[in-house]
Amino acid sequence: MQPFFNAHVQEHSIFALFHVASTTSAAMSAEFPIVFDPVTFDNRRRRPEEFARIAQMIRRDIIKSLVLAGSGHSGGPLGSADIFAVLYFGGYMRYNPQNWWTPRDRFVLSAGHMCPVLYATLANTGAFPKEELRTLRKYNSRLQGHPGRDMGLPGIETSTGSLGQGISIAVGMAMADKLLDQNGYRVFTLTGDGELQEGSVWEAAMAASNFKLDNFCWIIDNNDCQIDGRVHEVMSIYPLEDKCRAFGFDVLTVNGHDYGELCAAFDHFIANSEKGSGKPTAIIAKTLMGKGVSFMEDRYEWHGKPPTWEQARIALRELGEDIPEPVAA
Amino acid sequence: MSQSFQLRGMKPTRQGFGEGLVVLGERYDNVVVLGGDITGSVMTSLFKERFPDRFFSIGVAEQNATTIAAGLALSGKIPFFASYGAFCALRNADQLRISVCYNEVNVKIGGGHAGISVGPDGATHQVLEEIAYLRTLPHMTLLVPCDYLETKKATIAMGEMVGPAYIRFGRAAVPFFTADETPFEIGKAQVFREGNDVALIACGAMVWESLVAAEQLAKRGISARVINVSTIKPFDVQTVVDAARQCGAIVTAEEHQVHAGLGGAVAEVVAKNFPVPIEFVGVKDSFGGSGEPEELMEKFGLTWKEIYAAALVAMERRDRGFIGYRAVKDVPRYHPELLEADGQPAR
Repeated sequence: MQPFFNAHVQEHSIFALFHVASTTSAAMSAEFPIVFDPVTFDNRRRRPEEFARIAQMIRRDIIKSLVLAGSGHSGGPLGSADIFAVLYFGGYMRYNPQNWWTPRDRFVLSAGHMCPVLYATLANTGAFPKEELRTLRKYNSRLQGHPGRDMGLPGIETSTGSLGQGISIAVGMAMADKLLDQNGYRVFTLTGDGELQEGSVWEAAMAASNFKLDNFCWIIDNNDCQIDGRVHEVMSIYPLEDKCRAFGFDVLTVNGHDYGELCAAFDHFIANSEKGSGKPTAIIAKTLMGKGVSFMEDRYEWHGKPPTWEQARIALRELGEDIPEPVAA
Repeated sequence: MSQSFQLRGMKPTRQGFGEGLVVLGERYDNVVVLGGDITGSVMTSLFKERFPDRFFSIGVAEQNATTIAAGLALSGKIPFFASYGAFCALRNADQLRISVCYNEVNVKIGGGHAGISVGPDGATHQVLEEIAYLRTLPHMTLLVPCDYLETKKATIAMGEMVGPAYIRFGRAAVPFFTADETPFEIGKAQVFREGNDVALIACGAMVWESLVAAEQLAKRGISARVINVSTIKPFDVQTVVDAARQCGAIVTAEEHQVHAGLGGAVAEVVAKNFPVPIEFVGVKDSFGGSGEPEELMEKFGLTWKEIYAAALVAMERRDRGFIGYRAVKDVPRYHPELLEADGQPAR
């Protein structure tokens, strides 16, 4: 499919062209026109401060797709946007957005419900038109409510959504390369922290170190929030670092909103993988659920709901997008 | 189409699975096998000895093994994973549903030690419910071969087809009676004996019992058709509808709960296309228990005798023109005097 906007190297925003006033019908509700900035970003080594703009773009795209969908998960996707910005646009994941299904590194979103951030990220690579973000959770969309491989969206390596399974699939992928094909590809997976309550996650962790998968990087989005409350209150998973270490991982705990720390952690993983350390890497990223939107930040209530139109307006403004005031009828 | 079958001996179906894997390993470099700690008893050890570099031990972790298999399949491998059917069809049910079937990946599962014939291990290890579950999974192919040789053919065929597949086999030595030339094809039920009075539709080890029952019925002048449904899904609708149309009475037989397994599949097809009386032979809504395999098969009513008796009931219902069961409550379920007159079958 042709990219909607052939600009995977053009990092300029044309958003300024789209100052559209509210229509009459929209004025009655809080709705406002949603415009996806067709800018895309390339994937290369960057200075840490360069990631901020990309992460904000991903966050805006998340809010926009969610408000249009009218359902879906806000908190986790916003909280992990910085991780995705570094992973996909910092030269760590190697892929070809024009032709995804070629030799590439693998990313498996084990926490499938966080897919709005993955869809927004992939759209920002140019893997598919950003306009498609409008279709999130809609009938026949390639952007299913939880990732569905059957829809064939570039970048969706596997269906996920039943927690605890994606990480095992990622281990299988890492085994295929490390133990059989030896093409040198890397496998990344991201789990939530509530997800770690699923016992099969630890079966996967055991296997990753048993098979010495130094090409395997497990990112834990540790915001301590899940649907029912704080993870440490619902069912504690701590001490997390000790657990991962005991399972044979090289463990790094980082501030998941600090680009410098994220880059250092991924650099560490790449070094492990290249020198053949024989140990898988776990990156525990301390994040805030809903990061970037004041009323969502660190509030577990935002795990599984989308913003209302009014909330989306506020959120987008906080994320640096100029949304006009609703016009009184 | 009709064939005559001779008992060639007793041999466990799991051996066919183990040998089939070795054949696949020789033919295809990308066939890999995952072990679940019982590699000797489900005979994946044959592959392990022959191709140690393509065998990976996952330990007692069936959920993980199933999803790792999905990851391997997504990377171009053809992974087989085998364990007790109780643990690689039901313990990992969600992994099969999402990571294997929804993903539509080339994962192959060997469900060993199925049914009560696993014997002394008892109810926890005697899986009697997995056909019901597996046949509801979209994209799944479900094979229940009838003897050692058919299991070997089916194992090879499932490795050569594309998509998720599950094969059910047992632990105990059971009658081995098919030959190299006996037809086997995924998706096709085979008529193992022609007949027009009643159709005995069976899978797994109950196919042999059905052949024995047919032999006994023949002594009473009843011609029974025996159909081997070695593929439960995709289901061979035509062969079963033909049987309903031409025989007018059906008995299903399986080493599985009578609900929602092969009998359920036959009933769905017959009810929709050509309703005729059906009798169901299987485990009747109960768990298994410890005992010797043969003893258990008697105890739970999984022998030719029950099939024989059920055939008489089904025909009686047809002849009286009643599809409803209540109408023939005066027909004895079991005919000891008839059996005595006919004598015991040679095994």
